[in-house]
Amino acid sequence: MTNIVFWFFVIMTITAALMVVLSKNLIYAAIALLVTFLGVAAMYVFLWADFIAGTQVMIYIGGILILLLFGIMLTHKITSVRISHTNVQRGVGALIVAAIFVGLVWMINFTPWLKVTTQEPLQTVHSIGTLLMTDFLLPFEVASVLLLGALIGAAVLARKET
Amino acid sequence: MTIDNIIQWFQSWFPVNVMVLFITSVLIAAVVIFAIMAVNALVAVYAERKISAFMQDRVGPMGQGPGLHAGKWGLLQTIADTIKLILKEDIIPKAADKKLFIIAPFIIFLGAFIALAAMPFGPYLIASDMNIGIFYILAVSSFGVIGIILAAWSSDNKWSLYGGMRSAAQIISYEIPAALSLVSVLLLTSTLSMQGIIQSQAGTVWGFLPNWNIFNNPFSFLAFFIYFIAGVAETNRTPFDIPEAESELVAGFHTEYSGMRWAFFFLSEYGNMLVVCGLTVVAFLGGWQSPIAGVMEGAWWGLFWFLTKLTATIFIMIWFRWTFPRLRVDQLMNVAWKILLPIALFNLFGVAIWTLLVG
Repeated sequence: MTNIVFWFFVIMTITAALMVVLSKNLIYAAIALLVTFLGVAAMYVFLWADFIAGTQVMIYIGGILILLLFGIMLTHKITSVRISHTNVQRGVGALIVAAIFVGLVWMINFTPWLKVTTQEPLQTVHSIGTLLMTDFLLPFEVASVLLLGALIGAAVLARKET
Repeated sequence: MTIDNIIQWFQSWFPVNVMVLFITSVLIAAVVIFAIMAVNALVAVYAERKISAFMQDRVGPMGQGPGLHAGKWGLLQTIADTIKLILKEDIIPKAADKKLFIIAPFIIFLGAFIALAAMPFGPYLIASDMNIGIFYILAVSSFGVIGIILAAWSSDNKWSLYGGMRSAAQIISYEIPAALSLVSVLLLTSTLSMQGIIQSQAGTVWGFLPNWNIFNNPFSFLAFFIYFIAGVAETNRTPFDIPEAESELVAGFHTEYSGMRWAFFFLSEYGNMLVVCGLTVVAFLGGWQSPIAGVMEGAWWGLFWFLTKLTATIFIMIWFRWTFPRLRVDQLMNVAWKILLPIALFNLFGVAIWTLLVG
């Protein structure tokens, strides 16, 4: 049964991802992106990473996608300017995409992956928290300083000129 | 009854395919949650109209009631309204983006609907008691914002668009103090599971008060008020109803909607009240725990206590609506960013130090 559900989500994610790229209408692309994010969250659930799945929904759907929609909403239709995708430099694009694809496939096949327990963990949040506060404290702090910088930058940009 | 329980129970009676069982169990849970939302909307709309009437020295709906002629106290008013809404013509404006216009109400509805999947209505009544329950509810609530933005944009109406933008800005802003005050509760309970949070609030504090998080320490007492204020803002209700603001924006993001689709907006507004009030009850008011420890406990009493607390908090929301005037847009943002957010941050530190020192 898990297989059927898994493949359902795989097909859903890939179809939606294709729609993001191929849709001529930006806002439809944004909605397809919503489905893609959901599909990725479902993949995390299959990996027993429930907390990461929740974070995916909260940050990507609850934050980034809303900002995207906000941006599109303020530009399209109200000022009667049609905004849509236009593809330029297809040849070069295809080349770069093919290179990335080959690189990814190579990386996936030749990396000595760490394969551990196949037992479903009882809870994940506790161990994530402990690890963030001990072994990975420095990356965690660096990420928070980066976010703080982005926040201050946004506040400065949004400030009224005096 | 979690979905897993239903599957196990079915399996002991009918040895059928687990896939079929899974789908049936999920459907059963979905129907129950939908019924809860519908009944909640029916009762709450009636209560809202009656309470507002009494607060304004009117009598409220009196016509539709059981009986042949004008029945008792307009008890069936909401049902009459529902029938009217179902029979109404479904109008889609010519300039609207049809596909998005049609799905937007359902996306908003989805936000409240799937959030209720992790809501514990009693010691055994929860569709799915996941490890990250409270985090899950916070995460899926963001569907509501997306639905509102889509409804606003696809209507191709300036009032709608203004409403949608205000609403998105408001909900995103108020999510932060709300989440921070919930986090300060999580410091006390040290679990994200909804049932775990409730179970950690058993017993008494100082011998007579129930050990609910609101009474646990002064900081969590403050956190309750921050969460509740931010929660009211997240449901777009007065005094935070600037997305609808009928005196400025006609009806905000649902200006162009009519009939059943419009009814879905209302169903999800009351569903969101249910989610926010439910979270308040679970995180601060002990969920299904009895107010007097050891008295009147058990599965059915748990359901009774949860529903009682839920009704009380929903009543307070209705009370708010008919007591306070609407805030202006800039006042609204000031309240969120300059008042609630600093208090919530201070509170989080306070609870952390309290947990460290007192335990």
